[in-house]
Amino acid sequence: MKKKVTLWYEFFKGVWDINPAFKQILGMCPTLAVTVSAINGIAMALATTFVLVFSSLIISLVRKLIPSQVRIAAYIVIIASFVTIVDMVMKAQFQELSKALGPFIPLIVVNCIILGRAEAFASKNTPFRAILDALGNGAGFLLALFVIGGIREILGSRTLLGFQVLPNSYDPMIVMILPAGAFLTFGLLMGFANAYALRKNRKVAETNIFKYKLEREKLKATEV
Amino acid sequence: MELIVIFISASIVNNFVLSLFLGICPFIGVSNKFSSAVSMGLATTFVMVITAMVSWLLYFKLLLPFHLTFLQIPAFILVIAALVQFVEMVIKKVSQPLYRALGIFLPLITTNCAILGLALLLVMRDYSFVESIVFGLGSGAGFILALSIMAGIREELELRDVPKAFQGAPITLIVAGILALAFMGFAGMI
Repeated sequence: MKKKVTLWYEFFKGVWDINPAFKQILGMCPTLAVTVSAINGIAMALATTFVLVFSSLIISLVRKLIPSQVRIAAYIVIIASFVTIVDMVMKAQFQELSKALGPFIPLIVVNCIILGRAEAFASKNTPFRAILDALGNGAGFLLALFVIGGIREILGSRTLLGFQVLPNSYDPMIVMILPAGAFLTFGLLMGFANAYALRKNRKVAETNIFKYKLEREKLKATEV
Repeated sequence: MELIVIFISASIVNNFVLSLFLGICPFIGVSNKFSSAVSMGLATTFVMVITAMVSWLLYFKLLLPFHLTFLQIPAFILVIAALVQFVEMVIKKVSQPLYRALGIFLPLITTNCAILGLALLLVMRDYSFVESIVFGLGSGAGFILALSIMAGIREELELRDVPKAFQGAPITLIVAGILALAFMGFAGMI
């Protein structure tokens, strides 16, 4: 069973099928807090992906050494070390971003995505697959943060990644860059994603019923 | 006066859930019943006040004098995890009814980013010991407030005809957005 999962799917499932933000509903706090602009979202997602990839790698490497009673504590220490690295690099190299993201860089420690992947995947799989899974989930998180950040930035300040995309005649919706806008955007996006999935499922179900009827009729024809 | 300002700012104006986005997971997860929302809020407040005291002592009396501030993140998270375990044991010994009311919520609090966020914020803002405690109390009060309002609204929502795709998390987020708008009205208070 395990062999059947292709390496590509190991990566891709995190981007779409189990997208951390929209499907697993993990890591909500940074998703909502830092998406004032697309660039902040990207920075946050990259920082999270870095921690996710390296902690998954280490956890996967030592997965047979850690006794299962203390595994959560061990994971947290590993994750916290990488978060410290990211935090210090951000403070030294990207001061503005570090200020904009505020406490949310150190808060990557308690981001459920990382502990969730460690517990559900990295602790049970080989390092290579763990890295692919981490990259996939990171990419999915990046996608979600970029979309939410992009929408909020375009509607709230007329720009995308700092470039003006809407004409000056458009009155920016200030609410989009305020906390309320984050909740509304994310809620609506999640609702539309669900609606799309429901419609797709219904179509699949309808085509299945159609096929079933066709086969029944064929059977009847052969019986006659 | 200063302390009152900190309390009101932490609980209402800069509400942890609705304007700082800390502790969203329990806010979405545990807000479907009023009684459990209040229990969760009380448990979180309890841990918040203790965390505020311990992390203040840890940072300003241990890490800072010995130039160990780079250990801040691992130190805080380990202390919080140990603290939650300890609080759980103490409550179990001291008061059985309280343990039964808060019991299942306590382990969840370890991964609640509101707690770690509180510890990080009080260091960032350079609060004194007393200010930290008031900050912890205010944040907890704000958390209870947001959680119980949300739970009240969600109990009403149960009876309403929400489109299927929006049931659960999406409608909760939209309601939270409207609540956040309402809380913005307090912005001019301080």
